[in-house]
Amino acid sequence: MAKFMELVKRDLALAFRQGMDSLMVVAFFIIAVVLFPFGVGPEVNTLAKIAGGTIWVAALLSSMLSLERLFQTDYDDGSLELLALAPIPLEVTVLAKVVAHWLTTGLPLIITAPLLAVLMQLPMDGFGTLILALALGTPTLSLIGAVGAALILGSRRGGVLLSLLVLPLYIPILIFGVSAVDAAIFDEAVRPHMLFLGALFVGALALTPWAAAAGLRQALE
Amino acid sequence: MHRFANPTRFLKIAGYVQPWMAAVTLALFATGLYMAFFTAPPDYQQGESVRIMYVHVPAAWMGMFCYAAMAIASAVALIWKHPLADVAAKATAPVGAAFTFLALATGSLWGKPMWGTWWVWDARLTSMLILLFLYIGYMALQGAFDDRARGAKASAVLALVGAVNLPIIKFSVDWWNTLHQPASVIKMDGPSIHPDMLWPLLIMAVGFKTYYMWVLLVRIRQEITANKVRILRLKQVHGG
Amino acid sequence: MTKPSSNQFWGEDLTCVRGERIVFQSLNFELTPGGALILIGPNGSGKSSLLRMMAGLLQPAGGKMLWAEEAGEPEDASQDMDLHGGRLHYVGHHDAVKPVLTAAENIGFWARIRGGGEDTIHESLDVFDIKHLYDVPGRFMSAGQKRRVNLARIIAAPAPLWLLDEPTTALDKATIKRLEDAIQRHRDGGGMVVLSTHSDVDTPGSKTLNLADFASKAPLDEHVMV
Repeated sequence: MAKFMELVKRDLALAFRQGMDSLMVVAFFIIAVVLFPFGVGPEVNTLAKIAGGTIWVAALLSSMLSLERLFQTDYDDGSLELLALAPIPLEVTVLAKVVAHWLTTGLPLIITAPLLAVLMQLPMDGFGTLILALALGTPTLSLIGAVGAALILGSRRGGVLLSLLVLPLYIPILIFGVSAVDAAIFDEAVRPHMLFLGALFVGALALTPWAAAAGLRQALE
Repeated sequence: MHRFANPTRFLKIAGYVQPWMAAVTLALFATGLYMAFFTAPPDYQQGESVRIMYVHVPAAWMGMFCYAAMAIASAVALIWKHPLADVAAKATAPVGAAFTFLALATGSLWGKPMWGTWWVWDARLTSMLILLFLYIGYMALQGAFDDRARGAKASAVLALVGAVNLPIIKFSVDWWNTLHQPASVIKMDGPSIHPDMLWPLLIMAVGFKTYYMWVLLVRIRQEITANKVRILRLKQVHGG
Repeated sequence: MTKPSSNQFWGEDLTCVRGERIVFQSLNFELTPGGALILIGPNGSGKSSLLRMMAGLLQPAGGKMLWAEEAGEPEDASQDMDLHGGRLHYVGHHDAVKPVLTAAENIGFWARIRGGGEDTIHESLDVFDIKHLYDVPGRFMSAGQKRRVNLARIIAAPAPLWLLDEPTTALDKATIKRLEDAIQRHRDGGGMVVLSTHSDVDTPGSKTLNLADFASKAPLDEHVMV
């Protein structure tokens, strides 16, 4: 556990000192959402209707943007080899990196989301659920994304390829995340949607570190 | 040592089986299509357009079947490192993608007279669309490495991840679909399907399967030959 | 130094395949406590591959590697990578020095995840005469300084087996001497060293393995790798 925290701390230190990553993700998140009123018109009812979906789609894309670097820098400078050789299971190392990734991208997204919900005229009833759903869903995004980030190491076209691999796998999270917000607005039961988000998280937590570690091992061969 | 598995035996067997597969496929297609066009009755609601079903449904089945086959071959390749499994998975992907695309295209053609629009976000079609994305991702990853072995391993892991995800995606798309007023989905796999419709459907389905086997054999043989060429090139470079 | 250990590490009938090419085959090696193995051979003969294989980063296409503790049964070293990884230090072509972390932070991190403490950082910096880099971030370091930080890393947390791939790259004569001394101290404590090199590293009593002797002779026509 101490070693796990050591790994998380290192990635956080790198993220903060390397600077702008978190800020750029948040900035992208805001800009992506702000585009929609220009696309569909500023009419309040139209915006309110698409608010939940827009914010979720933008969150998905922003979370994915920073994924490419999750293992890439460590792969390029040789740190990944040493991490794989450290007496810590590679699955645990992956998990630590995912935690750090979520803290530097997922968490800022959740904090920014209410602001965007205001801009998008999301009815007040949906705010709490939106934040809760994002809190349950964004860790799963980071977990699934870690598998994609591991698989593209050393490939010829990283970023675009990563989105091609990861986005289809994000669809269930998008569906349940948005339907939870919609249910809250229309005063329906939110619980089932949240339970599915939770189940996706638990499932991803159990399986993705294993798959990502397998991906890393073959990348290092 | 599987890495040095000798494909000569496989090539020999494949050489025998392949023409038979081709013959069976053509016979099944001829029979199935004849029945679909001439002996099967038109639907009392959909009229003649229901005949698209005899291509659409088997294609959709094959789209899913090929993904399963690809995932199993990938698992075999990863666990037992059998080289033919790698080649089989690689050879299956474009075929499966083509079937999936065929299912989408015929679904769209079918949808026009039925719904009056080329595309409806029907649960089944949507799932097929996502399946197509998974195929595209798989093929893109496979081709993205200079080292073929890396591409094969990375895409094998992806195929397994995708296989675990497919039921979840299918379920969530169904869920999503019921939330947004379901479109009038065509019921095509109800238990009460008329035998006159069932027979051509099954014959076409088996025909699609043997077609897949045929193409698979052709593609595997082609791949092995390409490997031989590449190894001769390597020998030139390294003098091995 | 820790008490002299008496581990043994050896490989039998190893085969390496890279990019559909047999790099070497039927290779045996053996390391006893205090032993050193120098890998030589032309470019592409598989020096780096063998070191990566010994580290467990690369799975042998054939053959096996075994590790035996003092009196214990030999065990397959490629089975449990986490366990095996803890026994060794690997220095590859990259220095794994993060530009935004100081030398002390870089070394400290690698030491701590191997259960080392803060106290060894100063000592390890001293070994390669880079005390002045203690709080200098990696981005200000020259290639030689980064390499020295990377080498200091393996002093900071002890491990019985050192795998050094061209460790003298970018090092000046004085530092190579320091490296030779460090290797000698490591071996005196029962440690083992495998290193590949183009230049001369003075390691008295070491064995030499010429990778060119194990190049594949069999033509590939018979058994085409699919």
